[in-house]
Amino acid sequence: MSRSLPNGFTAYLKRDLLLAYRRRGEAASPLIFFLLVSTLIPLGVSPDPARLAELAPGIIWVMALLATLLSTEGLFAADHQDGSLEQMLITPQLLVMPVLGKVTAHWLVTGLPLTLVSPVIGLVLSLPAVGIAPLVASLAVGTGCLSLVGAVGAALTVSLRRGGLLLSLLVIPLYMPVIIFGSAVVQAGIDGFNWLTPMAALGAMLGLAVVLCPLAIAGALRLVSSN
Amino acid sequence: MSSKTDWTWFHRLGSPRWFYETTGRWLPWLGLLTLLLLGTGLVWGLGFAPQDAKQGNSFRIIYIHVPASFLALAGYYLMAIAGAVGLIWRMKLSFMVMKAAAPIGAVLTFLALFTGAVWGKPTWGTYWVWDARVTSMLILLFLYLGVLALQYAFHSQEAGNKASAILALVGTVNIPIIYKSVDWWYTLHQPATIKFTSAPSMHPDMFQPLLVMILGFYCFYAVALFLHTRAEILRRERKSSWVRELAIKEAGL
Repeated sequence: MSRSLPNGFTAYLKRDLLLAYRRRGEAASPLIFFLLVSTLIPLGVSPDPARLAELAPGIIWVMALLATLLSTEGLFAADHQDGSLEQMLITPQLLVMPVLGKVTAHWLVTGLPLTLVSPVIGLVLSLPAVGIAPLVASLAVGTGCLSLVGAVGAALTVSLRRGGLLLSLLVIPLYMPVIIFGSAVVQAGIDGFNWLTPMAALGAMLGLAVVLCPLAIAGALRLVSSN
Repeated sequence: MSSKTDWTWFHRLGSPRWFYETTGRWLPWLGLLTLLLLGTGLVWGLGFAPQDAKQGNSFRIIYIHVPASFLALAGYYLMAIAGAVGLIWRMKLSFMVMKAAAPIGAVLTFLALFTGAVWGKPTWGTYWVWDARVTSMLILLFLYLGVLALQYAFHSQEAGNKASAILALVGTVNIPIIYKSVDWWYTLHQPATIKFTSAPSMHPDMFQPLLVMILGFYCFYAVALFLHTRAEILRRERKSSWVRELAIKEAGL
């Protein structure tokens, strides 16, 4: 196996996708969580279509955020417990490539299904039809950001026993700009403004995250292994 | 004759003992300066500065609100830079300074938000509004709390230090957003009054006590940071001989 850069990425991408496939039920739970909690707002707040239509962009985005947050805990936990995290740290590739492979696999298993299911949720929450395209676009890019930033938190808390709550505390402040712009895209689409403008900001966040987050994740994983 | 720069002065700065002894000499003067500046600024600003044309006397909370906000932002940069220095040069003193900066910054951010809310009620009609600057200051508060929580979550001091440093650096991206948010978005919060490139848009009679308060707050921050860091140094270096000698001396044995 050559030591080229892409190999580290594809090796871990394939590995994580295979592992997720073997535990399909577990991998599907963020999606099911997303579907379930989206029904809580009509039940708890108001089933009136007009009010739901007002709240829909925000509700869908918040629920997508929570579902991603839930699944981020397990990103490095299983590997840390059985020792494969150490193996990842001593591979000859740059650590950022396996890390990027793992986070991409996480997005493919969590963020992408959320994005694809979101039009259905939009329909159920009376989202205006003109908002569906911006919703899908913003979620596709935004969940990528969420996976990357969430992975930073997961890497920092991987060795802690009750890391889940601390992970949320660390990561939610960093999620806030993503959700602000994400739901702004959908709102702009509904109100008739050019939704590509906030979309550009979201894309910029993804670009920054793809470059910087793997470095932070790699640094955090190395410090975990040496303690 | 060596052609390389002599960096020993930099590495001497990383000695906890040097820091402890030097700040011990500075603190009385710094404390006096702080009291002087804060006292003058408060009396001048709250008592003698002229009333505002539109806001009357309620604008006077600016003399606490603005310095606290400045220091909350500057303190975060200090914490992040201390973390970065600790990670790059493996200086444990730098990590101690970072740990000390977190609670001070969190309290100052809370103070800024609280005084802002108190100011907002008579002027904007509401305690809270979800505009860009207020929201991003709230995010800053959560970031500070996160750095604090992460410090204490690890059993190993080393791991806690490094994890907090990484988190502090990741959160640094928020600071330019806070600073520029009032320029980028139309917000309820007013745009910057104090600019580096042009005269402030405030009357000098109101601006001068504000400068005094800002300087006073900077001195106060330094005093608080030194006190916290000194306590942290004593705690972490308690097994070393100079701390033991110091403790024996202080106890008068």
